[in-house]
Amino acid sequence: MTATVATAAVLGLTLAACGGSGDGGDGSSASGGADQVEVFTWWAAGSEKAGLDALVGVFNEQHPDIEFVNGAVAGGAGSAAKDLLQTRLQAQDPPDTFQAHAGAELQDYIDAAQIEDVSNLYDEFGLTDVFPADLVDRLSTDDGKIYSIPSNIHRANVVWANPTVLEDNGVDPEATYDDLDAWMADLEKLDKAGVTALSVGTTWTQVNLLETVLLADLGAEAYSGLWDGSTDWNGPEVKAALEDFETLMSYTNDDRDGLDWPEATQMVIDGTAAFNVMGDWAVAAFEEQDKVLGTDFTAAPVPGTDGVFDFLADSFTLPVGAPHPDGAKAWLETVGSLDGQVAFNKAKGSIPARTDADPADFSEYQQTAIESFSNDTIVSSLAHGAAAPVATLNAISDATSKFTTGASDLAGYQSELAAAAQG
Amino acid sequence: MLNKLRRVGPPLLMLAPSLILLGVFVYGLIAANFTTSLTDNHTAAQATGQQPAVLVWFTNYVDLLASEDFQHSLMNLVLYTVVFLVGTMVMGFLWAWMLEKPMKGEGLFRSVYLFPMAVSFVASGVVWRWLLNSNQDEQASGLNRLFQIVGLDALQNNWWNNVTFGIIAIAIPAIWQLSGYVMALFLAGFRGIPEELREAARMDGASEWKLYRHVLFPQLSPVALSALIIIGHMSLKAFDLIMSISKPANYQTKVPAVDMFVFKSSFDYANAAAVGSILLIIVAIVIVPYLVRTNREEKR
Repeated sequence: MTATVATAAVLGLTLAACGGSGDGGDGSSASGGADQVEVFTWWAAGSEKAGLDALVGVFNEQHPDIEFVNGAVAGGAGSAAKDLLQTRLQAQDPPDTFQAHAGAELQDYIDAAQIEDVSNLYDEFGLTDVFPADLVDRLSTDDGKIYSIPSNIHRANVVWANPTVLEDNGVDPEATYDDLDAWMADLEKLDKAGVTALSVGTTWTQVNLLETVLLADLGAEAYSGLWDGSTDWNGPEVKAALEDFETLMSYTNDDRDGLDWPEATQMVIDGTAAFNVMGDWAVAAFEEQDKVLGTDFTAAPVPGTDGVFDFLADSFTLPVGAPHPDGAKAWLETVGSLDGQVAFNKAKGSIPARTDADPADFSEYQQTAIESFSNDTIVSSLAHGAAAPVATLNAISDATSKFTTGASDLAGYQSELAAAAQG
Repeated sequence: MLNKLRRVGPPLLMLAPSLILLGVFVYGLIAANFTTSLTDNHTAAQATGQQPAVLVWFTNYVDLLASEDFQHSLMNLVLYTVVFLVGTMVMGFLWAWMLEKPMKGEGLFRSVYLFPMAVSFVASGVVWRWLLNSNQDEQASGLNRLFQIVGLDALQNNWWNNVTFGIIAIAIPAIWQLSGYVMALFLAGFRGIPEELREAARMDGASEWKLYRHVLFPQLSPVALSALIIIGHMSLKAFDLIMSISKPANYQTKVPAVDMFVFKSSFDYANAAAVGSILLIIVAIVIVPYLVRTNREEKR
């Protein structure tokens, strides 16, 4: 009797253990199904969420028969989402489409054969003519394939300033700086006056600062050369740029490693710091607190980078083996469409990648950004995955953190950066 | 033969599911992890099998242990473990000793000391991140500001942002959270000692100090050992608290677990697996002697 019960119990347990597998997604739809699309992003809060909602609004109008499934993962400025995505792709359970920074960050997915070439969709949706040629160049791999469709463009080389703080400490808020040296003279003055001259946050914001310094000192061409191997990381020009970076870091706040970008930018908003270098998503932080461009805060390209647009873009992909490829294509069509780009970027605060959007639809800061994007030289941002693959970026971040906490000297830093760029 | 099967069969059948699950999901995965750590699986393409990964034996381990950065992580782990262990043991023991004699409001003190353990490392990390703000003087906040208010300005420091000893600052919240647990263990130990022993010692004329020194403390050593093992292996796995106070890229607070996370997110599966194996070996060095000892005692 007891043996029978035991056997039954064991069988039950084994069955329960086996029963959990299979049926990962929805069993009902056939392959190529276009009845729904799961969109994986890290846009779960704030202006990002508003942008996604606006985009979904346009999607529902353009493709009313396809159900939108929100696969957003919150937290850690995308790091939690990227981690989960990596796991899902590895387990061959991809979402129908996922958000990724355009450019070199996609290289890992391409190498792993996890995303598909979508260049035929560029022709199908007529995107080749409306995206700037510079941008399409940067999105293409060496063999001319394109793996994602950008939804928006951000600029990483912007310096934000608080005019009141500048004035109170004897610095002309109207001043423009031709290069970093001129800027550092004023930073020195502010530092002596006892305010935080330049606020900065944790490691990735320091890398953001580093890339703008490299861009300012090397120029656009040599900066881009850092990523294709034509500029020598061990050369004297890079050394001079790193010296400037060291000087700039000496004007920053002590608690930088404990802050993320919103807190560092907040220091400029609150008037406890004079300058902050951050991408143009920071404009949302100012505007949310009713600050007016020109009177309460100013925005300009980082000194020495005038005429250069340090770009990054969010974009959407078509994973290999997506359960609903037709749904994903419909989503990509909306992402690339004029209506989709206008609605999304008005809400998120970035600018459309398309050149045919009407600037009058956008805010004052966005209008200046749209103008620069169409006229300036475009280079790829390091800190945001456009210039280098994830492994390189991680290695550069580690070296930067080591240097800014004082664990390595300038020479050591430079050789670590060179090693990181070589991969 | 049949008799034996009848005797061993049903229990074995009962245990089979958990044995199989344990075999696959614990030992199988440890083996898989170890195999990965012996390959040159360092890129995204290799991780998904688009490109072959070849066996390189112990190259990853040699490279890791030789790298200055990983040595820094190991050093941090040692510092963290030593401070965390000594801190919780001393605090926990002192609290237990104070509460050992029945007193008024004992329940209240016990809850106050035990309460931090109920808070997750991530939640307390967010608060301690603010308390351990490294700004000093005019911009000070958190503990540094407190020191200013009470006139102990000299105690201000940059906490976890110190390159060499920063990790010790993160041991402070860990001590705060687990001292109460160690106290509870010791308190249970004290209460488990029969009253007759104390009476007998007093009858023999032992002073209060001698009573503790020669009668009570020796009986607490099994408790102390379990506490050491529990706290020790917790500190080796330290990850969540560090991640919620500092960031994975921050050099000053890196420990092997953080390195493993960074390697994994760079698609460097071989190195991530190697760090994992190193951690497992370190934990084994701590735990195995304890298991052997308990086993021997049970047999006696």
